[in-house]
Amino acid sequence: MGESTELRERLQAIREQVQGNLQRILDSKSVYEYRKSVFDGKTGLIGSLMKEMGKIPKEEKADFGKKVNEIKNWAQELFDQKNTALRELEMQKRYEAEKIDVTMPSLMRPKGNLHPVTLVTNQLIDIFAGLGFDIYEGTEIEKDYYNFTALNTPQDHPARDMQDTFYLSPEFLLRTQTSAGQIHVMEEKKPPIKIISPGKVFRSDDDATHSPMFTQMEGLVVDKGITLGDLKGMLDEIVQKIFGEGTTTRLRPSYFPFTEPSVEVDVSCFQCKGCGCSLCKGTGWIEILGAGVVNNKVLAGCGIDTDVYSGFAFGVGLERIAMLKYGYNNIKLLFESDLRVLSQIDD
Amino acid sequence: MLLPLSWLKEYVDINVTPEVLEEKLFSCGFEVEEFYQVGKDIKGVVVGLVESCEPIEGTHLSLCMVNAGSYGTFQVCCGADNVHAGGKFPLALVGAQVYATAKDHVTVEGLMEIKAGKLRGYDSCGMLCSGTELGLTEDLYPGAGYNGLLALPDDSEPGADVKEITGLDDWIYDVSIYANRPDAMSIFGIAREVAAVLNAPLHEPDLSYTEHKTKAEVTGSDLTVTVSAPDLCPRYIGHYVYDVKIAESPAWMRRRLALVGCNSISNIVDITNYVLKELGQPMHAFDEAFLSQSHIEVRRADPNEPIVTLDEKEFRLNRDNLVICDGEKPVALAGIMGGLNSEIRDTTSGVVFEAAKFARDNVRKTSRALGQASDSSAVFSKGVNEYTTVMAMKRALHLVEELGCGTVSSTHVDANTGNSIDPKPLTVSVKRVNGVLGITVPDQEIVSILSRLSMQPELDGDTLSLRIPAYREDMEAYQDVAEEVIRMYGYDHVQSTFMPTARVTSGGRNIHQKALLRLRQNLAAAGACEAIHYSFFSPEDFELLRLPDSAPERRAIRILNPINENLSLMRTTLVPQMLQAIQRNEKRGTIEGRLFEIGKAFLAKSLPLEDYPEERETLCVGVFGTEENFFTLKGLADTAAASYGVKFRYEASDTSFLHPYQTAAILLDGEKIGVLGKVKYEIADELVLRTPAYILELDLSALSKYDNNMKKYRPLPKFDVEKRDFAFVCDREISCEQIEEAIAGACPYVTSVRLFDVYEGPNLPSGKKSMAFSVVFTPDQHAFSEQEMNGYTDAVLAALSEKYGAVLRS
Repeated sequence: MGESTELRERLQAIREQVQGNLQRILDSKSVYEYRKSVFDGKTGLIGSLMKEMGKIPKEEKADFGKKVNEIKNWAQELFDQKNTALRELEMQKRYEAEKIDVTMPSLMRPKGNLHPVTLVTNQLIDIFAGLGFDIYEGTEIEKDYYNFTALNTPQDHPARDMQDTFYLSPEFLLRTQTSAGQIHVMEEKKPPIKIISPGKVFRSDDDATHSPMFTQMEGLVVDKGITLGDLKGMLDEIVQKIFGEGTTTRLRPSYFPFTEPSVEVDVSCFQCKGCGCSLCKGTGWIEILGAGVVNNKVLAGCGIDTDVYSGFAFGVGLERIAMLKYGYNNIKLLFESDLRVLSQIDD
Repeated sequence: MLLPLSWLKEYVDINVTPEVLEEKLFSCGFEVEEFYQVGKDIKGVVVGLVESCEPIEGTHLSLCMVNAGSYGTFQVCCGADNVHAGGKFPLALVGAQVYATAKDHVTVEGLMEIKAGKLRGYDSCGMLCSGTELGLTEDLYPGAGYNGLLALPDDSEPGADVKEITGLDDWIYDVSIYANRPDAMSIFGIAREVAAVLNAPLHEPDLSYTEHKTKAEVTGSDLTVTVSAPDLCPRYIGHYVYDVKIAESPAWMRRRLALVGCNSISNIVDITNYVLKELGQPMHAFDEAFLSQSHIEVRRADPNEPIVTLDEKEFRLNRDNLVICDGEKPVALAGIMGGLNSEIRDTTSGVVFEAAKFARDNVRKTSRALGQASDSSAVFSKGVNEYTTVMAMKRALHLVEELGCGTVSSTHVDANTGNSIDPKPLTVSVKRVNGVLGITVPDQEIVSILSRLSMQPELDGDTLSLRIPAYREDMEAYQDVAEEVIRMYGYDHVQSTFMPTARVTSGGRNIHQKALLRLRQNLAAAGACEAIHYSFFSPEDFELLRLPDSAPERRAIRILNPINENLSLMRTTLVPQMLQAIQRNEKRGTIEGRLFEIGKAFLAKSLPLEDYPEERETLCVGVFGTEENFFTLKGLADTAAASYGVKFRYEASDTSFLHPYQTAAILLDGEKIGVLGKVKYEIADELVLRTPAYILELDLSALSKYDNNMKKYRPLPKFDVEKRDFAFVCDREISCEQIEEAIAGACPYVTSVRLFDVYEGPNLPSGKKSMAFSVVFTPDQHAFSEQEMNGYTDAVLAALSEKYGAVLRS
C-alpha cells in the first residue's frame, strides 16, 4: 500500500505543479508549448509517467494505468479550459482594439432625386393610370390649329389675349396649353377616351411669379353620359390622393373656350383644414386647376357625335402642385438646377 | 374693372352688405379681386362747427372753438385762410387718421394720426382738414380742391361722420370679367348680373331724348356715312348735336368718372367716357366744324397714310388699319383714338357722336402693331355688341339733354349690315341641360333663373324656349344654358358622381414612357439630380460651345416674338444650359455634384418651319467636382446603357466644347448616338468653374427601339469558373478595348475581361505600358483540367503576342 500512497502524492504534486505553471501562462502559444512539454513521452511530467509501468508490480499495474489516465484526462481538460479562457481574452482585446466612433459620418454616396415636377407628374400618372387613363405626350411645338382653333379659339377670339403666345411662324407656335393634345387624341381615337397629357407649355410671361415655361397636365374623358358631377367626383378622389384624406373640392364659374360650363376648382386648404392661413390667404381654399364639360364644338370638330357622347377636361399646373405640396415659395427655384434645392425632396 | 357701389345702386336695389355682394358676385362668376371703401384710410373725422375764431397775435394761426356735436367742443389752432366762425369743416378728432401733406398742402406723404398738442403755447385738440387730407379731389367732391379747409354743407350736423357726407363711405369693387362676357364689362352690365343673382329689380338707364332740327337745317348740309369695310365695321351710328356749349360736367358725373379712374375733361368728352364706363360701348365725339364735307367714311387706311391722334402722336398706317375719314382725310383711328384734327375744343358748337362696332380682332391687331392703346381699344378688343351700340347712342343723347350742353338734332345715320338687335330664340331640352350638370335642377328654379337673366323662358314639358337678349352673344346651345343655370343656382348643388355610365378602360404608361422613367430612376440612383431647363436658349450659347459656323446645332428655330434675345432660339442641344447650371451651382458654393436632364432638342427639317420639327428626346448629364473624372461620367453613360439592356462602345473622338484627348463618341449598333468628355479649359475659364466639369449628351430616340429590351434569366454556370490574371506589356497606343477584344477572341470560354491596373513608368521601356486584366473562363460541359486551362491561357498569350506584340510582364 506504501507504493500506492506514494504514487498518489506524486500525482497530486504533478497536478499542483501543472496547475501552478499554467496559471502563470498568459498567451496561447506558451500554453501550446507547455502542453507539449508536459505530455512529452520522454521528459514530460505526465507524458513520461507511462515509462514507469515496467517497474510497477504486476498486481498494481492496472491501478497505476488507471491513475495515469486519470491525470492525463485531467490535464487535457485543464489545458482546454485554459485555451478557451485565453481565446476569449484575446478576442476581447482584439475587439477593444477595433473600437470605433459610431457617430462618425457614413460613407454612403448620396443618391440623386427626380425633379419635383417629375415627382408630381409620376404621382398623378400613377393615380390616373389606376383609373384607366392613358398617357399622351404631345409635341412642344404645335400648330396654331391644335392649340387654338380646334379648341374653339379662332383667330379673332378674345381668349387668345388671355395667353401670350410665342410664335415660330404664322402656323407654328409653342403650345400654350397641353389641351392641344386633346384634339390629336380625339382625331386618332374614338370614345371611350380617358387620357392625361403632361408636358411643357410656354407663355410670354417672365416675372417673379411667372416662368415663360412651365408644366401642365391635361386630362380628358369622353364617353356616354359624362357630366359635370363626374368631373367633381373624380377630382374629389384625386385631391385626397395628392393632398391627403378629407381634402374637398369647390367648383366656381370660370371661362375656357373649349369647355362649357367651365369651372375653376379650389381645394380645401390642407394646411389649415379650411380655418384660414397664409397658404390659402385666409380663405380656406386654394385654387388648383381649371376644368369643365367639353364644349360640343370641340367634340364635333373631331367627328364625335355629341348626341351620344359627352366629356370633361381639366388642366392643372404641375409646378403649382409641387409648390403647394413641397412648400417652394418661388417657381423660379424649380428651373435653376440648384443642387441645394434639388437634393432635398424625394417623394 | 372698377365698380363703385353707389353707381351700381342706380340700376339695382342692393340691400345686402358689401361683403355679401362680393360673395354673390364671386358665386356667379365675377371674381372680385379687391374691394375697399373709398375712404378706407380715413378714421375719426366728423363735422365741426367753428363757434369762435380769434387770430393769434403775430402768427397766421387762429384759435378756434369747434363744436363736434356729441363728441364735445374742442379748442383747435388752425392756419387755414378760410377758417371762420359759423363755418362747418371736417374735424379730425384726437386719435383720427388722415393723409399727411407736404408743405404745399397738396402732395400726399402717407398717413398721420392726430394727437393732442400745443401750438404757440395754445392747446390744440384735433385738426380741421382740407379735402386733400381726406383723400378727396375736386372731382370727387366739389370744393375739395381748394388749398384750405374743405367747406361742408350748411345743413350738415356737427359731430356727423364726414365720410357719409363726402362719399368716402362708398365702396369700390375691382371685378375681373371673363373673356366670354364682354357684355358684363360695364357698370350696367354687372348691374344686370347683380339683379339676377340677388333677385332684385333692374332699373334700365334713361334713354329718352327729343329730336329737334335736322343737320341740314342747322348747317346747310346733311350728315352722310359710308362704310366701305363692313367686315371690319358691321355697324356705325352717327348723330348730330348742335348748339353745343362746352363746359365742365356736373359734380355727380365728375365724381363717378373719378371713382373709376377717369379724368374729367369737358361735358361732351365726359359723356362719351361716362357711356363707355356705364354701358361698355366706346364712343367718340367729332367737332362737326372740322369734318370736311360733313361726310364720314369708314375704310381701310391707304398704305403709308398718316394720322395724328389726340395725344399728338403720328402714325403711318397700312391696309390692315381701319380709319374714320371725313370727306378728305382720316379723322380717327377706328376704335382706338380720335384724330387731333377733329377733337372737341372749347369753341366747339356742333358735334357728331359716333357709336360703332369694330371687329375686335382688327382693333386688337392695329393697337398692338402701332403700340397705341386706349380704354376704347381695350373694350373693342374684347368685343362689343350692336345692341349696346344702339343703346349707347341713345344714352349719350339723353345725357346731352340732361346736362343741357347741346340740342339733339334729328339727323341720325345708322350704317349697318342688318344684324338684328332683337332677342334671338333658343330652344333646348331641359333633360340635356340637366344632363350636362349631372343633377336635376327643379323646373321652377330654371325658369326663375333664366327670367332673371332676361331670357324670357317658357317651359313646355321638356322643351325650354328662350329669347336671348342680343347682348348675350355667348349663348348658343344647351351647354350655355346649363352654365347660366348652375352659376345662378350654385355650383355647390353639383353632386359628386364617379362616371357611372363610362366604360372601364385600361391605362398607364406605355413601354416608352416606362423606359424613360426607368432611365430617370437609374440615373438618380447613380447620384444624379434631375434638372429641368427651358426649351429655348440664346444665340450666344453657340459661341459658348465654340460651335463652328457649319455646325448643325446652329440651325435653330427662332421664336418670332421672344421675351428677349437670350430666350430666342429653340434649343438644338441641352449642353449650354447644363454648363450654366454647373456654373450657377459653383457660384452658390456647391463645388461638386451630378445633374441630368431629359428634354427635347428641336431640329428643324426646314427653315422657316413648314412641318413639325423633330423633337428629339435627349439626355444630358453634367458632373463636376474634384472627385469626378472622365470615367465617373462614363459610368453614368453605362448606367444609361444598362437601363436599356444594351452596351455602348466608346471611341476616342473630339467635339468643339470638349477636351481633345478626353472625349469619346458613344456608339450603339455602330451608330454614333452621343458624346462625353471633359469640358474644355477655355470654356471652364469663361464660366469661372473652380473644379473640373464633364458633360455627356445622348440621343435617346436612338435607344427607343430598346424600350422593351427585357432580359431573360441566364442559368448560373454548372461547373466552377476559372479566373486568371494577366499583366501585358504593350505599346502605349494599344487601347484597352483592343486587348479586351483580343483576349475574348482567343478562347470561346472567356466570359469576362476586366482591366484592373494600368502602369507606365521607369520599370518599363519607354513607349510601353502595362495593362493587367482579370479574365474569367466559364466551362460548359465539364470542369476544366489543369491541362485544358494551360491550353486556353496559352491561346490568349499567343493571340496577344501575335496581334499587338504584347508580352506578359515579368
